[in-house]
Amino acid sequence: MEESVKIEAEGISEEAEEKVRENEENPVLSVRNLHTSFFTDSGEVKAVNGVSFNLKKGKILGIVGESGSGKSVTAYSIMQILADTGRVVEGEILYNGKNVLKFNKKEMHAFRGDKCSIIFQDPMTSLNPTFTIGSQINEAIMLHTDRKTRKAATARSIELLEMVGVNEPEKRISQYPHELSGGMRQRVMIAMALACEPDILIADEPTTALDVTIQAQILELMKSLQEKMGMAIILVTHDLGVIAYMCDEIIVMYGGRVCERGTADDIFYRPCHEYTKGLLRSIPNIENMKERLVPIAGSPINLLNLPKGCAFCARCDNAMKICLEEVPPEMEMPDGHFASCWLNVKKAAEQEQAEKQAGAAAVKAGADTTAAKADEKTGEAEV
Amino acid sequence: MADSKYLVDVKDLKEYFPIKTGFFGYEPLKAVDGVSFNIKPGETLGLVGESGCGKTTVGRTLLRLYKPTGGEFRFNGELVTDENITDLRKQMQMVFQDPYSSLDPRMTVEDIIGEPLDVHKLCTSRADRRERILHLMELVGLNAEHATRYAHEFSGGQRQRIGIARALAVNPKFIVCDEPVSALDVSIQAQVINMFEDLQQKLGVAYLFIAHDLLVVHHISNRIAVMYLGRIVEIADANELNEKPLHPYTLSLLSAVPIPDPKKARASQRIILKGDVPSPLHMPSGCAFRTRCPYATEHCAQEIPQLTDRGNGHMSACFEK
Repeated sequence: MEESVKIEAEGISEEAEEKVRENEENPVLSVRNLHTSFFTDSGEVKAVNGVSFNLKKGKILGIVGESGSGKSVTAYSIMQILADTGRVVEGEILYNGKNVLKFNKKEMHAFRGDKCSIIFQDPMTSLNPTFTIGSQINEAIMLHTDRKTRKAATARSIELLEMVGVNEPEKRISQYPHELSGGMRQRVMIAMALACEPDILIADEPTTALDVTIQAQILELMKSLQEKMGMAIILVTHDLGVIAYMCDEIIVMYGGRVCERGTADDIFYRPCHEYTKGLLRSIPNIENMKERLVPIAGSPINLLNLPKGCAFCARCDNAMKICLEEVPPEMEMPDGHFASCWLNVKKAAEQEQAEKQAGAAAVKAGADTTAAKADEKTGEAEV
Repeated sequence: MADSKYLVDVKDLKEYFPIKTGFFGYEPLKAVDGVSFNIKPGETLGLVGESGCGKTTVGRTLLRLYKPTGGEFRFNGELVTDENITDLRKQMQMVFQDPYSSLDPRMTVEDIIGEPLDVHKLCTSRADRRERILHLMELVGLNAEHATRYAHEFSGGQRQRIGIARALAVNPKFIVCDEPVSALDVSIQAQVINMFEDLQQKLGVAYLFIAHDLLVVHHISNRIAVMYLGRIVEIADANELNEKPLHPYTLSLLSAVPIPDPKKARASQRIILKGDVPSPLHMPSGCAFRTRCPYATEHCAQEIPQLTDRGNGHMSACFEK
C-alpha cells in the first residue's frame, strides 16, 4: 500500500511542478528548494529545508509560522544577511532570472537596499541610537541614488518622511531615534527601506512590537504605499490576523519546510495541511468565543534533530506510518494551492481506486463502447 | 471578616511614580489614576489596553508589589494594608508575563513550586511537601520526573505551567495573570488558555487577566475592562463589549484587532486612530483620549468624564457616546 502511495505521490509532484512552471509569469523573485543551515558547536541546525515559492510583482506574500519555523531565516537568506555561522547550503534565489546567491560583492551591494530592502521587528534596535534620523535615511539615499550631496539627500529624506506620515518631518530629521515613539520609529524604518523605491520589500514581523492601534496604522500605511509604488512585499509574521488582512498569497511554514501555500482564501477556508488546520482551530475568533479552544498538542520541534519524515508528525493527530518515515511531497490541491501532507496523497489514491472500481463495474455492466472507455480510464490511472 | 459579594473590590486606586525633573524637582507620573472595579469569586475580569496604559501596574499594585499612592482595595471584604498583605498573599498570587525571567535559573522545578509553601509554612513534613508539589505539577500537566530539572530545560509553554503551579501552590482564591500567554507561540497559547479555564472550573479561582490581545481576553473573560492612560474607560460583559462598545476608544481598539478571516478583514471598516498615546507625564486636560478621539468637543477638554452605568452594568466614561 505504502509503495503504491509513494509512486502516486511522485507522479503528482512532477505534474505539480509543471503547473508551477506554467503559472510562473515572470515572478520578481523566485526561491527554489532553498536550504539554509547554521553550523553551531552542537551541530548543524537545518533552519530552512527546501523552501520554494514565487513572488509576483505587486503582490503581498505572507510567510506565517511559529518561532523556529524558519520564516525569518528564509527572509534573511534572500537578503544575504545571515549570521556568520549561517550558510545557504542548497537551492537558488532568482531575482528577475538572476541567481542572487551567485552575485559578487558589487552586485550584491546593488541588489541589497536598492532592489530589495528589509524592515525589522524591533525599530529601536535596528536604528542607530547615535545618529539622527536624517543622517540614517540620507545614508541609504546617498549610497544608492544619484543624489550624492547631503543637501539633496536631506530634501529627499523629508519627502520620504512625509510620505510615511511622520508629522513635522523638517524637525524630525534632526532628532535621534530615542526621541520618537515606537510607531514613529517603524515609520522611519519604512521610509529608509523605501528610499530607493525597491522592487521587493521584506517586512520581518514589522508590527509585533507595536500596540494594536499603532499596528493598524502601520499596516494601513504599508498597504497604501504598496498600492502607490507597486512593489512586492514579503510579510513575515506569526499573527494570522495580520496575514488575513494583508496578504494575497500565504506560505505556512513548520520546521523549516513549507506545509502549505496558496491564496489567503485557500489557506483560511480550505486548509489542506493538518498543521494549518490545527493552527486555525487553536486561535480564538469571534465565532468560537465560548467554546473550548482546540490546541495543537506538544511543543515545537528541535531543529537540531529533525525527524526523518514529516516535521509535524509528532504533534499530528492523524499521523500515519509513512509520516514517520518519509517527507511528504508537495501536492497540488486545485488551482495553485499546494500542500505537503501524506493524508492528501492517501485521499487522492483512495479516490483513484474508487474510480477504478467504478470503471471495472462499468466493464461488467456491458456494452463494448463503455468497456473500451473504462479500459482507457484504468490505463490512465495506472500511468 | 465582613462578608461581601465581591472577592476583589477596588475603589479609586492610584499609583504615582515620582519622576525626577530637575535637580530638586519631582513630578508624579500617574500610572494608575483612580481605577475602580470588582471581581466576584470564580470570575475572570479581563483588563486590556495599550502598552503604557497602566494595566500591569494595576495588577502589581493589588498585590502590593508597589505601594499604592491612594485608594483602597478590599479582598473578601477585608481592607488590604501593609500589615496584613503577607498573610493575604496566601490567597492572592500572580503569574508573570515572561516565563524566561520570572523563574530562578538556579532552582529546580520542585524548589520553585515549593517556595511559596515554605514561605507560608504550609507543609507539615518533607513527604507532605513533596506530595503537594507533585499534585500541583499534575494539575498543570507536568510529569513527575520534571521535578528535579531546572527551568532552562523547558520550553516557553512548560515554563509558564511551572509559573502557574507556583501561583497555585498556596491554594489562592485570586490570581493576577499579567500577560501570561503573550510570550508564547500561537499553538501553545491555546494549551495555556485551556489550562487557565480548566483550573478555574476545578478550583474556583478568580482571575484578573491582563493582556493586550483582545481576542484572547474576550475568550477567557466574563467581563472586560478597557484602560487608557491610567483610567478605565469602559467596563462591560465580554460579549456585550464586543458587540456594542460604547466608548470611542474601545470602538477603535476593537476595529484595529486583525481578524484571522480574510473575507471579514477585507469587508471590515477600520477606524484608524491618528497619532500616538500621549505621554503620561503630560496628560491632556479633561478626557485623556480627546487628542485622538474623533468625537472630541470643548467639554472633553475641561472635565474628566466619569464611569457611568449605561444599563446591565455596562459602564462607560464618555460625554458624547
